[in-house]
Amino acid sequence: MLKIDNLHASVGDKEILKGLSLEVGAGQVHAIMGPNGSGKSTLSNVLVGHPGYTVTQGSVTFKGKNLLEMSAENRSHEGLFMSFQYPVEIPGVSMMNFMRTAINEKRKYLGLEPIAPADFLKLVKEKREIVKLDNKFMNRSVNQGFSGGEKKRNEIFQMAMLEPSLSILDETDSGLDIDALRIVAEGVNALKTPQSSVIVITHYQRLLDYIKPDIVHVLYNGQIIRTAGPELALELENRGYDWVIDEFENKK
Amino acid sequence: MKALNQYIELYKEQKDVIENTSAPGLNAQRAFALEALAHKGLPVESDENYLHSNVEEWLAPNYGLNIQRLNLPLDTEEPFRCSVPNLSTQLYFLNGDSFMSAPQTNASLLPDGVIVKGLNTFACDYSEIFSRYYNKSSFTDGTSFLNTLLVQDGFVVYVPKNVVVEKPIQLIELMQSQFSMLACRRILLILEQGAALKLLLCDHSLRMQEYLSLQVVEAFVEDNASLELYDLEETHTGNSRISSLYVNVGNDSRFVCNNITLHNGRTRNSANVAVNGHGAEIVLNGIVIADKEQHVDNYTFIDHNSCNSTSRELFKYVLSGSSVGAFKGKVLVRGGAQGTDSQQTNRNLALTSSARMFAEPQLEIYADNVKCSHGATVGQLDQAALFYMRQRGISEQEAKMLLKEAFVGEVIDSIPLAPLRDRLNRLISLRFRGQLAQCKGCNICH
Amino acid sequence: MENEELRNFSENKYKYGFTTQVQTNIIERGLTEDTVRLISQKKGEPEWLLDLRLKAFRHWLTMPMPKWAHLNIPPIDFQSISYYADPTASKKNGPTSIDSIDPEVMKTFDKLGIPLEERLALSGGVAVDAVMDSVSVKTTFQQNLKEKGIIFSSIGEAVKNHPDLVKEYLGSVVNYRDNFYAALNTAVFSDGSFVYIPKGVRCPMELSTYFRINAAGTGQFERTLIVADDDSYVSYLEGCTAPQRDENQLHAAIVEIVVKDRAEVKYSTVQNWYPGDEQGRGGVYNFVTKRGLCAGEHSKLSWTQVETGSAITWKYPSCVLRGDYSQGEFYSVALTNNFQQADTGTKMIHIGKETKSTIISKGISAGHSQNSYRGLVRVGKNAYGARNYSQCDSLLLGSDCGAHTFPYMDIQNETAVVEHEATTSKISEDQLFYCNQRGISPEQAVGLIVNGYAKDVLNKLPMEFAVEAQRLLSVSLENSVG
Repeated sequence: MLKIDNLHASVGDKEILKGLSLEVGAGQVHAIMGPNGSGKSTLSNVLVGHPGYTVTQGSVTFKGKNLLEMSAENRSHEGLFMSFQYPVEIPGVSMMNFMRTAINEKRKYLGLEPIAPADFLKLVKEKREIVKLDNKFMNRSVNQGFSGGEKKRNEIFQMAMLEPSLSILDETDSGLDIDALRIVAEGVNALKTPQSSVIVITHYQRLLDYIKPDIVHVLYNGQIIRTAGPELALELENRGYDWVIDEFENKK
Repeated sequence: MKALNQYIELYKEQKDVIENTSAPGLNAQRAFALEALAHKGLPVESDENYLHSNVEEWLAPNYGLNIQRLNLPLDTEEPFRCSVPNLSTQLYFLNGDSFMSAPQTNASLLPDGVIVKGLNTFACDYSEIFSRYYNKSSFTDGTSFLNTLLVQDGFVVYVPKNVVVEKPIQLIELMQSQFSMLACRRILLILEQGAALKLLLCDHSLRMQEYLSLQVVEAFVEDNASLELYDLEETHTGNSRISSLYVNVGNDSRFVCNNITLHNGRTRNSANVAVNGHGAEIVLNGIVIADKEQHVDNYTFIDHNSCNSTSRELFKYVLSGSSVGAFKGKVLVRGGAQGTDSQQTNRNLALTSSARMFAEPQLEIYADNVKCSHGATVGQLDQAALFYMRQRGISEQEAKMLLKEAFVGEVIDSIPLAPLRDRLNRLISLRFRGQLAQCKGCNICH
Repeated sequence: MENEELRNFSENKYKYGFTTQVQTNIIERGLTEDTVRLISQKKGEPEWLLDLRLKAFRHWLTMPMPKWAHLNIPPIDFQSISYYADPTASKKNGPTSIDSIDPEVMKTFDKLGIPLEERLALSGGVAVDAVMDSVSVKTTFQQNLKEKGIIFSSIGEAVKNHPDLVKEYLGSVVNYRDNFYAALNTAVFSDGSFVYIPKGVRCPMELSTYFRINAAGTGQFERTLIVADDDSYVSYLEGCTAPQRDENQLHAAIVEIVVKDRAEVKYSTVQNWYPGDEQGRGGVYNFVTKRGLCAGEHSKLSWTQVETGSAITWKYPSCVLRGDYSQGEFYSVALTNNFQQADTGTKMIHIGKETKSTIISKGISAGHSQNSYRGLVRVGKNAYGARNYSQCDSLLLGSDCGAHTFPYMDIQNETAVVEHEATTSKISEDQLFYCNQRGISPEQAVGLIVNGYAKDVLNKLPMEFAVEAQRLLSVSLENSVG
């Protein structure tokens, strides 16, 4: 599905990712954990093609294609989705208009006709029930005036609408109370298929109680310094990151 | 001075023709206008309120005027693209400055007592009402005196006491002569106590000639009356427009104006609202979309001269190409106007390096128990929103369209007539996509 | 309210209204080319400076008095003013040592709280150039500053001792053609201060100029020039007072500042010229051109002003942001009471790329006064990434005064972000009542609330000035509520 090889990336003059390699297979759930400033958000932003980040070295292939050559929108069309840590408010653009445009742009990319209005409404109804959003929110401006929980549920709703093959959940648990967290996680699980993969980027174990990872990575100083099974997340929760970092530094 | 002199000369030479073709009520005001013009002249660029439009230059070309009142042919097919689906209106035309009603318009459908006429006819038939209102606004601008000097026709709506005109009235203003032309248009709107009217003005130019429309709108909104005005300009790049609106509002009255410049050449709009009644509610909104070498200058002046009135202004500009936008909004709160609540917002997107925006909001306040604020910004599209949309698969170009539409949508959303809202959204969307009015035989977009 | 008590208090609220009896050499009233030559001769100036003055004078003759401000300015008879008054004339050797200064002049500055003896200086150290009428009386700490290579002297001295520097920069930011009063000032300027901070030097103490008008029938036309070379820093303070008189006195100054690469200049003013009396009689006309050029990259210029005095204030301390990444700031509190008029604000001219400016203006109008903010933000074609934020608030105390806001924005670059917000409101009845209920008198409460309202700006002032400014705000508002 996704293969990252020796990825270096910077923001301005500052190098954040320093030779990161990672492989995600179809149907897998990966968790990427790490202390603040380790490069977690940079990784997700680089993958989806944020213009503020520059890749200086390395390669990323997604379903056999060179991801780094694609525009942000084509990455999306190819099936890459990121749930934003801070979903952006877009005053004046209704959810309805926004979502219909997104769906139709994707269909155009795939050589399909625009979706029929009735089918679109049916799709919206079906998908919004997954994250328990009411009908009114489709008439509201994108994320404007949404509570923290509503914003994250809206991200998962959009994920459901776009049916990505790889979803990156960037700190989706931040700012959520326990009920909202459960709704979001259940949504992600409901959308999971044997072909689709998920990368969960998180600081804490909390979300991983609901979305069970197959593989857990520790990101530190722009590199993956340890990879193990789900038990690693629990150990990090109990012991913190220092011991992993110490072992890594000592090995050097 | 040269530009002005050619019109004064013209007036002096053609005085007899002008007066013979016009109602006495119109002629009665010309001498005064001539005197005022001689005294005041045309606005010059150093005039604080006219810093960004050199109207002297706009008036300089040797335009033709239809002084002889020739019957210019009207292409009745073309204007129907102005029709607003699902919005039933009573439809009238100003061809140049000559009034005519549409074939399907039926005056008997108007509520009792409501009069909709050409200015000249109205001045003859209802000379008493006419002379009570015509030219009674205090003009501040030399171009308005020039209009009074030369005007021969225009449009009048008279709504008597407590009559509500439910169905909007639509006036389509056309420039379609084969030669370059100046039209002195005059619109007089009289709403007696408790009357209500919605008026839609559509300003179009149909041929690629150089046109100049010199328009004055006088509106009298008496106590408890309500006037909603929608002024949509969709002209070509060779068109110049100088439009001055003078409104007098009474106690507890309401005046709403939406001024939309969708496509134009050079435009100077001014709106002067004298708030002489207490408890009045004023809304002045505007949208400007400009590119190429287009020039749009909006000047608003709200003169709060009475207690407890509110005014709201929202003007939004989207400038690209080498266009020039100017907004000057003056709010004056006079000594006695306690309880005034005024809010003015001017937001502008400058999207290209050669577009230029001048913004001058002004507050002049002489009463202390007031709430007044203004805000003005010049900026670009929100980069974070752009990226968010691209992540969801919306192309950069499409995302920009959506954001621009949303930006001006704030003004459109405030319009209570749903069919008009839909029509405007559609026109704006086409405009941003460069497909505005790609109708058969139309020359507006180049 | 205890009106009696208040009135008594307010009658002597302008505590700087006294006059000093000192032998002053005043030249005849009137302004001709001969006057200009006489001033230049009295100051022993070189030929080039006299030429500049004469050019400015001839240009001034061709200019009309500007009328665009929101001010009602009575006609000024420029021939009835004396353009040079020298209170040091009795001491022929000039003001070089403390002993040579007339004791009356010394007393005057003591009374104003401006010690001319270095040992009495405020803790923390403030070097002062004291200017009375047309002449610099004394500049303190010159020696200490000289050790660091800093030049701080009257501009007259600087013309003699550092002619090359003065010649290079004088008029480089404010050309005499700039405006009516700039031309007048260039023709007849008498004294003022000159500051040069060499490369890499951080000026160790605050520098200040104190302007005092004393003689009757005169105008004050001072000139200040500050040059901050690469990587230097200086904080400069300006204060001013004048005697209480029924006639109006004209003060038309020019301040020019040049800020080079990575240098920073902070310029603070507490303007307390005599504002006139309760009936609007007398007071100073304060028509000033202040402008700084951020010539170098990453340079920074910050203007802070507290304007409480003058019958009419007309000034726009401005920043020309030519260096890439340069920054301009303008923080202002302008308070008008009785019949005072103020039309003040700033100009931020963005020329270099990534330039930033901030404008915070707080206007307070009371009595029958008129208070206007006027500001221009211009972003030139090449000012990529320019940013401006402006906030202008007006507070109205009473229903006979006026508060006005006239911002101008001229944007020619598509990457610029410019924001302007303005509000006008009256003082909150709820806040007043809350204070009253806690036993604070209305007068005190207004003082408190106004000081709170102006805090964002007052915080930008150096400490000693901030305390003085707070006191001034309260005192200037006496009698404004009732």
